[in-house]
Amino acid sequence: MIPDKTLLSEMYYHMLRIRRFEETAQELYHRGIAVGLLHPYIGEEAVAVGACLALRRDDYITSTHRGHGHVLAKGGDPRRLLAELCGRATGYCQGKGGSMHAADLSLGILGANGIVGGGFGIATGAALSAVRRRSGQVVICFFGDGAANQGIFMEVMNMAALWRLPVIYLCENNGFGEYTRYEEATPTVQPIGARAAAFGIPATQVDGNDVLAVYAAAREGVERARAGEGPTFIEARTYRLSGHHMGDVGFTRGYRTQAELEARWQEEPVGRFRRWLLAQAVMTEAELQVLESRVEAEMQEAVSFVADSPLPALSTLEEHVYA
Amino acid sequence: MPETVELTMAQAIRAALAEEMSRDPAVFLMGEDIGRAGGIFMVTKGLQEEFGPERVMDTPISEAGIVGMGVGAAMTGMRPVVEIMFSDLLMLAMDQIVNQAAKMHYMTGGQAKVPLVIRSTIGAGRSAAAQHSQSLQALVAHIPGLKVVMPSTPYDAKGLLKSAIRDDNPVIFLEDKMCYHTVKGPVPSEEYLIPLGVADVKRQGQDVTLVATSSMVQVALTAADLLALEGISAEVVDPRTLRPLDKETIVRSVMKTNRAVVIDEGHLTYGVTAEIAAIIADEAFDYLDAPVKRLGAADVPVPMAPVLEAATVPDAHRVVSTVKGLLGRRYRS
Repeated sequence: MIPDKTLLSEMYYHMLRIRRFEETAQELYHRGIAVGLLHPYIGEEAVAVGACLALRRDDYITSTHRGHGHVLAKGGDPRRLLAELCGRATGYCQGKGGSMHAADLSLGILGANGIVGGGFGIATGAALSAVRRRSGQVVICFFGDGAANQGIFMEVMNMAALWRLPVIYLCENNGFGEYTRYEEATPTVQPIGARAAAFGIPATQVDGNDVLAVYAAAREGVERARAGEGPTFIEARTYRLSGHHMGDVGFTRGYRTQAELEARWQEEPVGRFRRWLLAQAVMTEAELQVLESRVEAEMQEAVSFVADSPLPALSTLEEHVYA
Repeated sequence: MPETVELTMAQAIRAALAEEMSRDPAVFLMGEDIGRAGGIFMVTKGLQEEFGPERVMDTPISEAGIVGMGVGAAMTGMRPVVEIMFSDLLMLAMDQIVNQAAKMHYMTGGQAKVPLVIRSTIGAGRSAAAQHSQSLQALVAHIPGLKVVMPSTPYDAKGLLKSAIRDDNPVIFLEDKMCYHTVKGPVPSEEYLIPLGVADVKRQGQDVTLVATSSMVQVALTAADLLALEGISAEVVDPRTLRPLDKETIVRSVMKTNRAVVIDEGHLTYGVTAEIAAIIADEAFDYLDAPVKRLGAADVPVPMAPVLEAATVPDAHRVVSTVKGLLGRRYRS
């Protein structure tokens, strides 16, 4: 079933907003304004958007070191996210967390995480909490193909299956774990979902560059979770068009060729969805441009917000060590 | 006088858990064999019958997973108390403790709170060998964002555990496994709390301060009795919590006695005793008549054979001879 026009338009808006946010962050990084470890989400926008638009506002997500897309797709404020990347007092974490720890608890965003696989325990515990509180909330745990090789992944899937917890394990297989190709780190005789299936968890594989496919799979998982039928595993096959992090540019690390990267750019999800919206006559060129102008304005506003934002006061150094 | 009952450490801890679960529906327990089996040391015996399997959850053997889930549950409105059978096994969950629980409040700029208690056991003495006998408090006490509690009496254990459960921060609550059923003491029948971060002077004295933690408090008190026979008056200070640490009470005592011995069952090297000795040296240097001495576990993996194992842990006689050494020639045996 194709979502209605309002939702389709929202999907495009969110995907474009992530893309433009990452480009804006990169510009600020090159100017020395954004700092630290930045892992751009370019090329993977359809995963975060397809998944998060299947959630309620009070549902939870856990994110990864490559987390800007998840935060924005769940409704995060680009101004506060950009300010966080720039170490400003107005950032989501008052400049204490940066890119890898962006969180908005009021939107159910339980945090990006600097530890590969760091969200597994938190997400599964939040799902247990939702059951105990009878809140009807569900959790999407985003993680990469690299994190699927961490041991705790098996521990939490075992417990989520045992206790039928409302959690969706959404593996963004972007082809690379840092500087190592997926197939060099993971046996490909079976998809990653076979590990979930071994626990009796329904597992699917979708085209992660197709926002509608991700959305449909996420909806199914969310409905199953909401109905008390337990966890779901989704592998979204996508491609990391960025380097592992800012500074991983060119091809010096040897994990891919320029030809491969150029070929993959042809399949990038934002343009692909735009073409689909036009071809299906869901939206007109003029309607798309309205959204695009809106995103541009938001980015300009975010950059101005950063420029107007103070650095954290030294007096805040020891704040928040303890609650 | 308020009415008291005589409880063991295990009974006092169980009472604290039961009271807090009755008081607050957000409190629940998870751990390996804590429910039907009552916990490896029978501390949680009967709680699952009383509160049901949803609030006293038996889990698979997955230390990282259950501590990680505790973090997630704590961030979303629950107050989990996770039991890890042995502090040795905390090592399996160290990423969750150190990188997730301890830092979440800070990393998120104060947004997330992690009201999580992790109960675990320390201490040698059961011939359980090198992976079931360690006292690893120094490893967690090193980390900002964690609180670390080490009760030595049933009274302290109950009041401190209730405070730990109500605390909005991750608390590592370390119980000496040899004390569970051997250490008994009076506990008020009425509800009470002991704040985290307040030391307790377990015995007043004039000549030397014995700063001791957990089971070493009993060792220090026995040593103080022996020293009294020889006319030496020892003060015993129990910090009760390593983080926050009540430096003031420790330093004030040393300013009075002018000598200090610090005793903890963790290893000496980079250990709890080193930290406390450094604080005394920093803040009471002018009052010291002798160097601060430290007693702790020998720097070896804990051996199994009882004769070897016993030699790794400080006892009252070692405390006595150390104190005599500090007091000068006339006391040396």
